[in-house]
Amino acid sequence: MSEETVEDFRRRAHEWIRANLRPASGSTQTLRGGGDEQDLAEVAREREVQRMLFDAGFAGICVPTEYGGQGLTHAHQRAFNDELVGYEYPARLQVPPMTPCMAVLLEFGTEEQKKLHVPGILKGEEIWMQLLSEPSGGSDVAGALTSAVREGDEWVLNGSKIWTSGAWWANWGLVLARTNWDVPKHRGLTVFMLPLDAPGVTVHRIEMLNGNREFCQEFLSDVRVPDTDRVGDVDDGWTVGVRWMFHERMQYNSPYVTRPTGAAREGEKGSILNVVRDAGRLQDPVARELAGEALELGLVTEALNHRVARGIMSGTMTDQAAAVGRLLMCTSLARQSTLAFQIAGAAGGAWNDDDGQAAERGIDYLMRQTASIGGGTTEMARNVIAERVLGMPREPSLDRNVPFRDVPRGSARS
Amino acid sequence: MLLQLSSDQEFFRETTAKFLSDQAPVDALRRLRDEPAGYDADFWRRGAELGWTSLLVSEEHGGGSISGSGIVDLAIVAHEFGAHAAPGPLITSNVVAAALDATGGHPEVLAGLLDGTAVATWCIDESGRRLLDVDLAIRVDGDSLVISGVKRPVEAAGQASHLLVTGRTGDGLTQVLVPAETSGVSVTPMNSVDLTRRFGAVSFDDVRVPLDAAVGEAGAARPQVEHQFHLALALANAESVGAMQTAFDLTVQWGFDRYSFGRPLASYQALKHRYADMKSWLEGGHAIADEGAEALAGGDPRASMLLSAGKAFIGEYGGELMHDCVQLHGGLGVTYEHDIHLYLRRQTVNRCLYGTPSEHKQRLADLAEQQEEARGKADS
Repeated sequence: MSEETVEDFRRRAHEWIRANLRPASGSTQTLRGGGDEQDLAEVAREREVQRMLFDAGFAGICVPTEYGGQGLTHAHQRAFNDELVGYEYPARLQVPPMTPCMAVLLEFGTEEQKKLHVPGILKGEEIWMQLLSEPSGGSDVAGALTSAVREGDEWVLNGSKIWTSGAWWANWGLVLARTNWDVPKHRGLTVFMLPLDAPGVTVHRIEMLNGNREFCQEFLSDVRVPDTDRVGDVDDGWTVGVRWMFHERMQYNSPYVTRPTGAAREGEKGSILNVVRDAGRLQDPVARELAGEALELGLVTEALNHRVARGIMSGTMTDQAAAVGRLLMCTSLARQSTLAFQIAGAAGGAWNDDDGQAAERGIDYLMRQTASIGGGTTEMARNVIAERVLGMPREPSLDRNVPFRDVPRGSARS
Repeated sequence: MLLQLSSDQEFFRETTAKFLSDQAPVDALRRLRDEPAGYDADFWRRGAELGWTSLLVSEEHGGGSISGSGIVDLAIVAHEFGAHAAPGPLITSNVVAAALDATGGHPEVLAGLLDGTAVATWCIDESGRRLLDVDLAIRVDGDSLVISGVKRPVEAAGQASHLLVTGRTGDGLTQVLVPAETSGVSVTPMNSVDLTRRFGAVSFDDVRVPLDAAVGEAGAARPQVEHQFHLALALANAESVGAMQTAFDLTVQWGFDRYSFGRPLASYQALKHRYADMKSWLEGGHAIADEGAEALAGGDPRASMLLSAGKAFIGEYGGELMHDCVQLHGGLGVTYEHDIHLYLRRQTVNRCLYGTPSEHKQRLADLAEQQEEARGKADS
C-alpha cells in the first residue's frame, strides 16, 4: 500500500483545517473564567472537534489503521501540527489521554482491549486519565498503596489516587494497584482500566492556589474490575509503569499528540511581546531583553525536544533521555513565567481589565513550579539523568529486595 | 553536534578530530600562549588541505562541501575546534572566503585562503555600538574608496593578509577588501582571555583603496553583512558547544574518579543533580546550535531567531556549565595546569564576540516584533 506523502498530506490538512476549524480563541483558564459550565462546554467542543478529525482521517495519525488510526508517520503528525497553528484543537484530549494513556493501551493492551477502546478514544467518545500518584507517595509511584484483591474473575480495588486531571468530566482511567504485598515493591504491582463512573469511585476536586479545580483525587471503595480489564500481567505492572512514565515524559513530543507547532514556545497565552506591549514597555530595552530571554528559552526547549525525539527514535539516545528534555523545559517554563511577571511590573501584583496580557502574570508566577512538579518532579528527572543517562551510582534505597509490607511508611495527609 | 552524521561527514569529523589531537594537543596549546600569532602557519596550511577553508566556497571558485551543505559541514569542524580548543582563525577566514565567493571578486586572495597560505579577517565590531550598527565611514571619492574609523576587536588582525571591512556609506553598508599593509592601516594588539586567539584594534586613517576593492556593491551590502553575521554566529555556537562538551566530559570522568569520604563524587545526590542540570544545558546547546546551522544552510527564515537564541543560550548557560565544571574540580579547576580553562576560555571569548547574550536577547525581541508586523501586513 502506498502511503500518502507528507507534502500531499500537509496540503490536505491545510485545506481541511481552514475550511472546518475555528481560529484559536486564546482563552485560558483563569480566576475570572466561566467556571464549570464553561469548562464543560469547552470539553464538549473538544470532543466534537476530535470527532471531526476522526471523520476527516486526521485522528490518530500514527495509530495503526486496525484501531481506527491512519497508520502514518511522525512526519505526517508534525506536518498536521504545523498546519494547525492558529486554530482550535482538542487540547484537553492530548496529554494524558493520547499519551500516556492510549500509548500504554497500544503497547500493552490485548487485541480485544485495543479494538474496544482505541477507536472510541480517537472519536472523542472516551477520554482517559491516569490514576497513578497517591497521597502517600508523590514521585515514588512504585510505592502505591491502592490494593487490588482477586475474587474469581474480578478484582476488588481499594485506596486513593491523586493529581488526576479532569477526572470529573473524563470517562476512563488507567490505575496502578498493588496485587502482592509479599514481594519487593516493583514486583507486586498490576495495571487495570477503570470506568470513572464505576460504583465505589468517588471523585473529589482539588482547588489549586490559582482557583483552578481541574485536578482531582479519587477514593476507591470496593470497586470491582473484571479481569478482562487488566492491562499486562499480574504483578508485572512495573513493566507497564516504566513505559507509562516514558510516554508521560514524551508529552508533546509523542507521535500521538496533536498540538499546534510552537504552542510550547508561544505558550498558550500568546506572544510575550503582548505582555511587553500591554505593560507599556515596548520602548524599554530592559523589558525587551527580558522578553528576548523568554523567546530564547522557548526556541531552545523546542529544539531540544526535536533532538531528543529524534535521538530516541533513531536509537542514538536511550529512552531515559526524555528526562533531559523535560528538565530543561520545566526549568525554562518557570523562568519564562518569572520573566513575564517581571515585565508586567506592578501589574504583576495588582491589575485590572485594562491591563490586557500584562494582567494575571502574578497568578502565573505563583503557579510557577507547577510544570516542575507534575508528571514527576524535576528532582526525579535529575536522578534519572544522573543515574540512567550518565550512569552514575544509584541512590541507596531501603525498599529494594524487601517485601513491600515490611517497608517503612510515613504518614501522609489524605 | 548533529546526532546523525552521514558516513562522509563522520569520516571528515574524525579526520579533523585526529588531526587536532595530534597537531594541537593540550600541551602545545599552553606553549602557544607566548607565540605572537597563536598558531603555526604550517598547521593552518595543513588544516586548509583538509578542507577547513573551502566548505563555504563553490566548486567553480575552487571550494566544495562534503554533504552539499557546506555550512553544516563547517559547523562540524567548528565543533571539533571547540572540543579541542584549537588554534587558528577558523571563523574569520571562512566568513571572508564566503563573502569573496558570493561576490566573485579578488580570486587571488580567495586562492590564498583556500590553500591556507594566507588568512583574512572580518572587521565588523566597533566599540560602544549596538549589534551590526556601524560607524566607520567608507566614502566614494572619484575612483577611490576612503575608509576612516576604528574596528575592535578584530580577530587575527595582526596575522591577516587582508581585511574585509564593513562600513557605512550614507544610509547603506559597504564592504571593502583592504590589504593589511595599505598605508593608513594600523593594528594595535589587544589582550584576550583566549590562549591562542589573537585580537587587535584596527585604525583606518583615511585609507584610500581603488573602487574595485569593494566586495559587492557600495552602499548595498546589508544582506551580505547579515549573512556573514549569521555564518559567524553558526560557527561560534558550534565551537562553544564543542568546548562545553569536552569540559563536561572531563568533569563527568572526574566525578567517577575522584573519591572523598570514601565515595566517588558521582555518588552524591547534591552533585548528581548539578551534573543533570549541566547535561540539560549541554544538550539544549547542541540542539539550538544544530537547528540554527541547519536553518541557515537551508535558507529557512527562522534562521536568524534560532541563531540569536543559540548565541544567547550557549553564551549564558554555557558559562554556567563551564563554571560548574570548574567548581566540581575544586582548586585544580582554577590552575593553569588543568585543562578545563582551555575550554572555559574558548567559550568565554565566543560569548563576547558577535554579540553578547544580552544583545542577542534584545535582537530576538526585535526579530519577533518584525515578524509580527510582517504577519499583520500579510493578514490585512
